[in-house]
Amino acid sequence: MTTQTPTQSTPTRSHPEPHQETTWRTYFSFSTDHKVIGIQYLVTTFVFYLIGGALATAVRTELATPEVDFVSRELYNGLFTVHATVMIFLWIVPAGTGAFGNYLLPLMIGARDMAFPKLNAVAFWMIPPAGVLLMLSFIWGAPAAGWTSYPPLSIVTNQVGEMIWILSLLILGTSSILGAVNFLTTIIKMRMPGLGFNQMPLFCWAMLAASALILLSTPVLAGALILLSFDIVAGTAFFNPTGGGDPVVYQHMFWFYSHPAVYIMILPVFGMISEILPVHSRKPIFGYKAIAYSSLAISFLGLVVWAHHMFTSGTPPWLRMFFMIATMVIAVPTGIKVFSWLATIWGGKLELNSAMLFALGFVSMFVIGGISGVMVAAVPFDIHVHDTYFIVAHIHYVLFGGSVFGLYAGIYHWFPKMTGRMMNEFWGRVHFVLTFIGFNITFMPMHKLGLEGMNRRIAEYDPKYAALNLVCTIGTYILAVSTFPFIFNAIWSWWKGPKASDNPWRALTLEWQTSSPPPVENFVGEPVLVTEPYGYGLNGSAQGIPLESEVTPSPAT
Amino acid sequence: MLAGIALTLVSLWYGQNHGLMPLEGSEESLPIDSLFDLMMTIGTGLFLLVQGVIIVVMIRFRRRQGDLADGPHIEGNIPLEILWTAIPAMIVMILAVYSFEVYRQIGGLGAMDHAMAHAQPKQQMARLAGAAIAAPLAETGPTSLADASSPEPVLPDSTYQLPGDAPYEIQALGLQYAWIFTYPDTGVVTGELHVPVGREILLNINAQDVLHAFWVPEYRLKQDAIPGRQTEIRFTPRTEGEYPVICAELCGPYHGAMKTKVIAHSPQEFAAWMQEQQVASASGLEQAIATVDPAQRSVEQILAPHVESLGIKPEVLQQLHPPMVHAHAS
Repeated sequence: MTTQTPTQSTPTRSHPEPHQETTWRTYFSFSTDHKVIGIQYLVTTFVFYLIGGALATAVRTELATPEVDFVSRELYNGLFTVHATVMIFLWIVPAGTGAFGNYLLPLMIGARDMAFPKLNAVAFWMIPPAGVLLMLSFIWGAPAAGWTSYPPLSIVTNQVGEMIWILSLLILGTSSILGAVNFLTTIIKMRMPGLGFNQMPLFCWAMLAASALILLSTPVLAGALILLSFDIVAGTAFFNPTGGGDPVVYQHMFWFYSHPAVYIMILPVFGMISEILPVHSRKPIFGYKAIAYSSLAISFLGLVVWAHHMFTSGTPPWLRMFFMIATMVIAVPTGIKVFSWLATIWGGKLELNSAMLFALGFVSMFVIGGISGVMVAAVPFDIHVHDTYFIVAHIHYVLFGGSVFGLYAGIYHWFPKMTGRMMNEFWGRVHFVLTFIGFNITFMPMHKLGLEGMNRRIAEYDPKYAALNLVCTIGTYILAVSTFPFIFNAIWSWWKGPKASDNPWRALTLEWQTSSPPPVENFVGEPVLVTEPYGYGLNGSAQGIPLESEVTPSPAT
Repeated sequence: MLAGIALTLVSLWYGQNHGLMPLEGSEESLPIDSLFDLMMTIGTGLFLLVQGVIIVVMIRFRRRQGDLADGPHIEGNIPLEILWTAIPAMIVMILAVYSFEVYRQIGGLGAMDHAMAHAQPKQQMARLAGAAIAAPLAETGPTSLADASSPEPVLPDSTYQLPGDAPYEIQALGLQYAWIFTYPDTGVVTGELHVPVGREILLNINAQDVLHAFWVPEYRLKQDAIPGRQTEIRFTPRTEGEYPVICAELCGPYHGAMKTKVIAHSPQEFAAWMQEQQVASASGLEQAIATVDPAQRSVEQILAPHVESLGIKPEVLQQLHPPMVHAHAS
C-alpha cells in the first residue's frame, strides 16, 4: 500500500460497487469478505446459542424438582454435556473471536480484508457441519461424559456419541486455529501505514492475546482428543487404566487447552468493552497501556494455571500451591482492567443505551465471577466446592454475566455498522432488564447450593435443596423469555429499522469513519487516521460529531 | 469517606455472618471456614465498591438531554494505576500465604511425604510383586477388597480397641454407584463410613471402574477416586452425627444417586459398633474364606452375604459392573 494524501482521492484500485455485491445470497455463499464472514459467524453462532439455551432450559426443567421426572438420567447427562459444548465451542469462542474479530479487526486497523481471506472462509464453513454433527449425536445417544469428557467414563459411555463429540470438536478446534493464524497475521502485517501497535484500538490487543492463546493451546486439546478416540475405537490404553493408562494425564492435556479457553472466550469481550465504554461515556479509555498489556499478561498467565481444575485429582501438593498462586495472580491484571473501566466511566457523560447497559452489566456481573474466581483458586476452599454448584455459579458469572453480556453489548453497539440500520432502543432495554434479572435469579442461588453440598451434573438431588432449585429454574425461564425481544428487535431492525448514519455514536475508531455498512473493501480510497482512537474531549466538543437523533444533516468528515 | 467506613463495616459484618456454610463437622473445616470468611469479607468489600461506583456513575454522570460535549480528556493517572495494581497484588499475596497456611494445617502438605511413602501401597506390593502401580483394574479392584480378609480375623469375644496413635486407616473403594469401606485392622466391610470422633482418619481411596470423588460437605473435604492409583485424605471428625458422603465426580447416569453416610461416633460407641460388626461378619467371613479363593471372587460375590449389614440396596448390587476389562472388550 502506498501512502496517500488525506484527501479523498479517486481510488487507485477498481472497486466493485458496494451494494450490488452483498445481497442476502452472499451470506449463504463461500464469500471471502471478512464482513460477510463476520456476520455469518455471528448469526450461525447465535442460532447455536439458542439451541444451547434450549438444552439448558431442559436441564433446569429436570432440576425444578428433586426427582428424576422430566428426562431419563442418560438423556440428562447428554443434555448438559451438549449444552456446555455448544455454548463454549459453537457460541462464545466463535462469536467472540470469529464474529467480532473478523468483522472489526480489518476495519479497525484500516485493512481491506483479512490476511488470508480464503482460509477465513474455510474456517467459517467448518462450523456449521461440526455443529450439525454434534446435534445429530442425539440420534445414537449423545455424549454423556460431561464437556470435560474425563476417561474412563468417556471411554465406556455412549461410545458413538463420544466419537461424534470428538470429531466435532476436532473440526471446531481446527477452525479456531485457522482463525487465529489469520488474526495474528492481520494484526501484525496489515495495519495501515502510521498505525503503530500502541495506536491500535484495545480490541485489537485483546484479539492478539486471544489468538496467541488459541495457537498455543488448541493443538494440545486436539492431541488429547485423538488419543482418547484411539482408546475408544482401537482399544489403546493412553488414558484407560485397564491397560495401564493414566486418566489424570488426559485431565492435564484437556485443561491445558480448556483453561486458556476461558481467556479465549473473555479476552475479545474485554476488548469490546474497552471500545464501548469510552464511546458512550464520551471519555478516553483510562490507562490505555495498562489495559493493552494486561491482556498480554492474562494471556501468558492463562497458560500456566490449568491444574487449578485438578486440585482434587491427586495432584502433588507443591504443584497445587504453584497453580494456586499463579491463578490468584491473574486477579491483578484483571483487576487493572476493571478499575480502568470504572475510571473511564467516572466523570463521563453516559448515554445509557442498550449497548452501554449491557457493557455496564458486564462489568458488574463479571466482577462477581472474578471474586468467586479468586476464592476457588484457594486450594483449601476449592477442595470443598470443586464440582459443586458453586463452580456452576462461578463459570456462569464469568461466561454468561461476562462473555454473553459483552457479546450482547457488542451486537447493540456495532449493529448499525454491520447492517446500516438502528436497533430499537426500547426493546433493547427490555431485553437488558429481563436478561439481568433472569440471569441473577438463575445463578446467584447456586452459590449457596454449592456451599451447602449440592454437587453438579446430577439429575436428582436432596429434597432440602428443592426451594432454591425452583428459584433457579424460574430464573432460567425468564432468561429464555428475555431472548425473544432481542430476536424480534434484531430481525425487524435489520429488515425495516431506521437507517443509521455512518457514525451514529460519534465514535472515533476507524470502523466508524467509513459508510454503514462499509463497502466491499471497507474504505473508499485509503483510510485516514483522523485522531487517536480514544481522543474524546481533546478540543472541547470539537471531536464530537452531533448525535444523529438530535441533529439531522450529518456533517461531512 | 463515610461511604468507605460503611462499606468496610458491612463487609466485616457480612464476612462473619454470611451463614452460607453447613455445619463444621471436622477439625479441618474450622481453618477452611476462617479462610472463606476472610475471602467473603474482602469479596463483599470489592463487590460493594464496584457496584457502588457503577450505580453512582449511572446516576451522577448521565448525559443530559442536548449536552453533546465530551467528558474531560483524561488518559490515565499513573499513581492511581500503581495503587490499584499494588493493592490487589498485596491482597492476593496475603490470600495465597494464608491459604498455604490453612492447607498446611489441614495436613495437605504432610500428605506429600505420606503419598511418597505410600506410593506403592503395602498390601498391593505384597500381592502383586513386580506389578506396576497402575495395575489393571481387574486385579487391583478385587484384590484390595480381598485384602480385608487377609489379617487374622479378630476373635469376636475380644474387646475391640482402636489401634495405636497413628492415623486410623480405612480403605475406600468407589464403584458405580456405591462406596465400600474396609477397616484393615479388623477386616470389617461396610457401605457406610463409621469413624470415631477426635481421631485422625486416613482414608485411602481407590476406584474400581471410573472416576469418583469422595466428598463430605460438613467436613469440607473432597478427593477424587482414580482407577489405577491410590489417593488419600486425612481428617479428624469433630462432632458426632451422620453426614452425607457424596460422589462429586461424574460417574454415569446414576451419579446423583451415589450417596451414602459417614457416621461419626464417640470412641466408645465406635468400639462397640466395631465389635458388633466383627461378630456379625465372622461367620460369613469364615465361610467365604473356606469356599473360594478371595482373589478369584468378583465384587458381587464378596458383597452378597453382606448386603443387609452394608445397607446397600439389592438393585445397586445388581448394577455392579464386572471389572472394566470385560465391559470394554464386549
